[in-house]
Amino acid sequence: MPQRRIAIWILAVPLVIAGLGLIFQGLAGAYPALYFTWGFFFEAMIGGLLQGVMYSLVALGFVLIFKASGIFNFAQGSLVLFAALTMVGFIEFGLHWILAAAITVAIMIAVAIAIERVVLRPMVNQAPIILFMATIGIFYFLDGFGQLIWGSDIKILNIGIPTDPQFFLEGVFEGGILINSFDMVAAAVGAVLVAVLAVFFHKTRIGRALRAVADDHQAALSVGIPLKTIWAIVWSVAGIVALVAGIMWGGKLGVQFSLALIAFKALPVLILGGFTSIPGAIVGGLIIGAGEQVAEVFLGPIIGGAIQDWFAYMLAMVFLLFRPQGLFGEKIIERV
Amino acid sequence: MEGTASEAQTVGPASASGAAARVSSEVLLSVENISLAFGGVKAISDVSFDIRKGEIRAIIGPNGAGKTSMLNVINGFYHPQQGVITYKGETRKQMRPHRAAKQGIARTFQNVALFRGMTTLDNIMTGRLLKMRSNILLQALYWGPNQREEIEHREFCERIIDFLEIQSIRKTQVGRLPYGLQKRVELARALAMEPELLLLDEPMAGMNVEEKEDMCRFVLDVNDEFGTTIALIEHDMGVVMDISDRVVVLDHGAKLADGTPDEIRNNQEVIDAYLGVAH
Repeated sequence: MPQRRIAIWILAVPLVIAGLGLIFQGLAGAYPALYFTWGFFFEAMIGGLLQGVMYSLVALGFVLIFKASGIFNFAQGSLVLFAALTMVGFIEFGLHWILAAAITVAIMIAVAIAIERVVLRPMVNQAPIILFMATIGIFYFLDGFGQLIWGSDIKILNIGIPTDPQFFLEGVFEGGILINSFDMVAAAVGAVLVAVLAVFFHKTRIGRALRAVADDHQAALSVGIPLKTIWAIVWSVAGIVALVAGIMWGGKLGVQFSLALIAFKALPVLILGGFTSIPGAIVGGLIIGAGEQVAEVFLGPIIGGAIQDWFAYMLAMVFLLFRPQGLFGEKIIERV
Repeated sequence: MEGTASEAQTVGPASASGAAARVSSEVLLSVENISLAFGGVKAISDVSFDIRKGEIRAIIGPNGAGKTSMLNVINGFYHPQQGVITYKGETRKQMRPHRAAKQGIARTFQNVALFRGMTTLDNIMTGRLLKMRSNILLQALYWGPNQREEIEHREFCERIIDFLEIQSIRKTQVGRLPYGLQKRVELARALAMEPELLLLDEPMAGMNVEEKEDMCRFVLDVNDEFGTTIALIEHDMGVVMDISDRVVVLDHGAKLADGTPDEIRNNQEVIDAYLGVAH
């Protein structure tokens, strides 16, 4: 059933894009201030979609933890920051970036095991809200700890991803479509990551164990699921996903404190896609990215700009009204 | 030495009651001098009893007697401050939940602990997790054998579903099911683990007469057909006296009596604990 729904979505996307284009074309006829060409429209759309993949990268980390423990992991943003800081730190020591990334992966796994041991283990069988509070603690700790070790300066993370813009389809549209090659690389990385995670969680028995752990700790223990191991694995994977997100976002914006706040941009993505769905995180990211970009470019001139700052949250709110479990999330049923 | 002596003592009455074929004299699990306290609250003090292979052992007592705590000690949710637990000849100070599960102890809970977001079938399949080959990477790579394994386990679960007569709710999310059926799904999940020792915490609580009768039948059938040893907590005395081989009575965390249903029925102390005494 989810497969079918995903297929419908994929088919619907070109239609929605074409429809939006036609609407804006009509608007441009009515408002002379609005500049519209199909080339420009596709450029904004593709730029937004690629930006959306970057949001998805962060959202993925949230989904992983949520799937395994039913809690919103407030600390995901600081994991991203911590991973990026650590990696830049090792690069500054003069290590090759691949080596630095490998060491950072090892450190993220160590952090995950430490979190499980120190924070989560005493919290088994506690209500999700308590675990959520604990992740707020982890957020502030990692945030401070990372900057304590590596300093709070803005650092440049450059691992050799090309950043020059590329022009496509110059024969079709006047002036062609301009796409940043960094964004394309990031999108490719995101796609690979999702594919790997999807296989890991759907084709192995870990997927079922994860859902079991998220549903009921006690019951999971009683059928012999090693809760501690599962948590350590999931936090490790979330740490590695955070590193990938950190490399991509850090490369784009520089490694600095505000990287931790990017995580909150993932929130509307999660509400759209559903907290428990890996494909949902991707689709949600794409919708948010493309939506805010297109809204900024084509609605901005009419209603006065800065739409990008609030568009995602507004979209999420509308979703909460009509589909609180998100597009692909599990429907919550409570029997009273 | 002590073990053999007590065995010799009890073989006689067991064979007299006609349960000899089913119940062996071998002790599967014994708890000795278990004491458990939460801060200043004593939940269990100095309780010892044993569970023999193949028997149905009831644990009864008034509310707050420490029955559920005892089950939690047996499967490792609680770690007692004193005493030892001997399971399959191995003596330990405490059990650990997932290791207990690995060694064949399955349980159900007083207030149903199911994975509410999953279907009945998925819930039962979680009981098979431990039986699946453990190498995760191999599973990800070799998708053929992995699929075959899944089908094998699925077939096993389908047999349990048939056995417990829950075919019609196979694909229903358990959160939607009525209470009686949820309890049955929980039993199914425990059975999927192919346990040697099955701990049932009030399996018939909140059920109507018909559901209770069904549940009794299932418990007896499980014991009979699979030879599973069962320890159950139950408040319905009719049920307890009918289906159990031996009964242990707890009151205020201490052991009050231990014996066959007939002995317990006529034990003055037990009657006093349940009905109260005039002072």
